[in-house]
Amino acid sequence: MPPMIRREHDAERMLGEQFRAFRPADASAGRRDEAFTLFSEAGLPSRRIESWHYTDLRGLVREALPPAPEPDAATIEAARERLAAHAVPGAARVVVLDGTYRPELSDLSALSAGVTVTSVLDALSTGDLDAGLAAAQKLGQVESMLALNAAFLQGGAMIVVAPDTQAAAPIELVMLLSGRAPAATYDRSYVKVGDRASLTLVERHASLGDAKSLAATVLVAAVGDGASFEHLARIDGLGPQALHLGTTLIRLGADAKFEATTLVATGGVTRRQAYLEFVGENATAHLYGVSLLDGKSHADTTLIVTHTAAHCESRELFKHILDGEATGIYQGRVVVAPGAQKTDGKMLSKCVFLGDGANMYNKPELEIFADDVVCGHGATVGALDDDQLFYLRARGIPLREAQALLLEAFASEAIETVSVASVKDEMNDRVGEWLRQHGR
Amino acid sequence: MLEVRNLHVEVEGQKILRGLDLKVHPGEVAAIMGPNGSGKSTLSYVIAGREDYEVTDGEVLLDGENVLEMDPEERAAKGLFLAFQYPVEIPGVATMTFLKASVNAQRKSRGEPELSTPDFMRHVKQGAERLEVNPDMLKRPLNVGFSGGEKKRMEILQMALLEPRYGLLDETDSGLDIDALRIVSNGVNALRAANRGFLVITHYQRLLDYIKPDVVHIMSKGRIIKSGDAALALELEKNGYRDYVADAAA
Ligand SMILES: Nc1ncnc2c1ncn2[C@@H]1O[C@H](COP(=O)(O)OP(=O)(O)OP(=O)(O)O)[C@@H](O)[C@H]1O
Ligand SMILES: [Mg+2]
Repeated sequence: MPPMIRREHDAERMLGEQFRAFRPADASAGRRDEAFTLFSEAGLPSRRIESWHYTDLRGLVREALPPAPEPDAATIEAARERLAAHAVPGAARVVVLDGTYRPELSDLSALSAGVTVTSVLDALSTGDLDAGLAAAQKLGQVESMLALNAAFLQGGAMIVVAPDTQAAAPIELVMLLSGRAPAATYDRSYVKVGDRASLTLVERHASLGDAKSLAATVLVAAVGDGASFEHLARIDGLGPQALHLGTTLIRLGADAKFEATTLVATGGVTRRQAYLEFVGENATAHLYGVSLLDGKSHADTTLIVTHTAAHCESRELFKHILDGEATGIYQGRVVVAPGAQKTDGKMLSKCVFLGDGANMYNKPELEIFADDVVCGHGATVGALDDDQLFYLRARGIPLREAQALLLEAFASEAIETVSVASVKDEMNDRVGEWLRQHGR
Repeated sequence: MLEVRNLHVEVEGQKILRGLDLKVHPGEVAAIMGPNGSGKSTLSYVIAGREDYEVTDGEVLLDGENVLEMDPEERAAKGLFLAFQYPVEIPGVATMTFLKASVNAQRKSRGEPELSTPDFMRHVKQGAERLEVNPDMLKRPLNVGFSGGEKKRMEILQMALLEPRYGLLDETDSGLDIDALRIVSNGVNALRAANRGFLVITHYQRLLDYIKPDVVHIMSKGRIIKSGDAALALELEKNGYRDYVADAAA
């Protein structure tokens, strides 16, 4: 990108001060300096960058929130209580609180043999990053927020599944914010799924309080040849002052399978972006998601799927239900590199408005440089089907209940593939609960 | 009694029903026959409460109460049931979930307790058996991928579960094979009762061999132009509509 003349923004200046105060004098300093320099050169993403057009951080971020301090004992106790109320049966649990990995809140006893979980700061300080993970991480090098995340990195988990290991126990990765005082958190986790191995990761973001927050969270995944990785994410119940920036960077080997389902039901501003690259043939990736938005909340789903290898299949299906003055954004880009013949790529974004004050922006893009491919995209925005509504009402089902049935069905299509029954039920229940809260 | 009085209905400024009068008494089966486009489905939709129609004059009275101001769900709870000419597919809603929601919604609105799940299941199973509906279909999304005949049987199963006061059957026979026609007709006949009436819209006398009508009406251009007993249907089968349609145009 050519250098741009850019006026320094208050928040960027504050970030510089914060970085100098935060920068630990350990072996990570050099890496952090490098990352911060990268960030400073680019600055906060603004509407001048096409993919950030609808989520202009230079406009949204007026002041830089300080990095969250290490949680105190009371915060850890509060987190413990919240966690107790909610667990995925049979799963191992990794907890990141205010950006830092908390072994005392985590429970690795259920981890399947062949799976290891360590603190990401430890893992990065003791050795070089796995080549597959390093390559996956590169997918996001154009994003200045990822550089900022690297500069301020507070913690996260390094999850490694040995080749040929079928991890029966899902891993729950809980990212909790204390939400007591305005703060920013920067976490990053890595998932290496070895060749022919399999793993389900259940990622959950929530907050204990409503204080202003910025969470820059990153997941880097390398899925080996013949391996499968299921990534279920839920961003739920963050307050109206939350800014959540979640990035997934993922690289799929030959014959790999990736299934992702994301539920966003939260206030504030959310951006979920995924960069995915097919580097081996015959791999499949299904990315599904549901956004439930109300008030003035804003949720941006941006996907960049690159077919580098031939014979791969990508599917994207996103459902948005918008009420109030909410804003939904779906940007899906599918890139088919020269030589990625027989690519099968389809994306679909569907939105239903509950009121008439909401807005939805759909931006699907196909960039195809191979000639023997099947790719397509579609987007619908609007209301529920009148014939379906009448049919249900003619059977005695009241309007609101009929709408709820149709909306639950609408959302459930994007939740259908979730393999963990309890997570699937919770997601569907959450949709039902949200609809009831919105009078449906 | 279900009574339609001087009903005038327009769609997008076009007059479809032009002063239609009709009575269905409790215990009675009334058949309506009439050429394509004469307004039979429109009549059934307007009675059931579909919104795209503009009623410019007239009334639809259910036991003396005008239903035209009511929402469709309210009419259903009061005992009106429309078996659709084209049942609607509803992806993502399991048939069983839908059946339970509709039975319980109607019970609730009448102040009756909801059926327990086992009671409800037993009820559905019995109905499904009688109509030879494969129980596996009940797990599938409502009407999605059902054959034409399966959809029609599902309509009658719903009617059996909802036990309406008046059933409006819009071409329930179309798309049915010979066996299904008999099964569906038996299903309807089983519901015949002194306090329940039916308005059966059909193009074919054959259905009326199974479901014997008390009265047959001929509809043309939005009006009932002739009424008679079951013999009228036989006569129509022989001669077609030409004698009547010419009259109506005059
Ligand atoms: N929503 C609509 N918009 C425009 N025209 C309509 C609409 N609904 C009905 N009509 C018109 O009204 C007339 C009556 O239609 P209707 O479906 O009631 O006829 P029908 O007697 O049921 O016919 P068939 O025997 O073919 O089922 C037709 O000319 C039809 O095109
Ligand atoms: Mg019709």
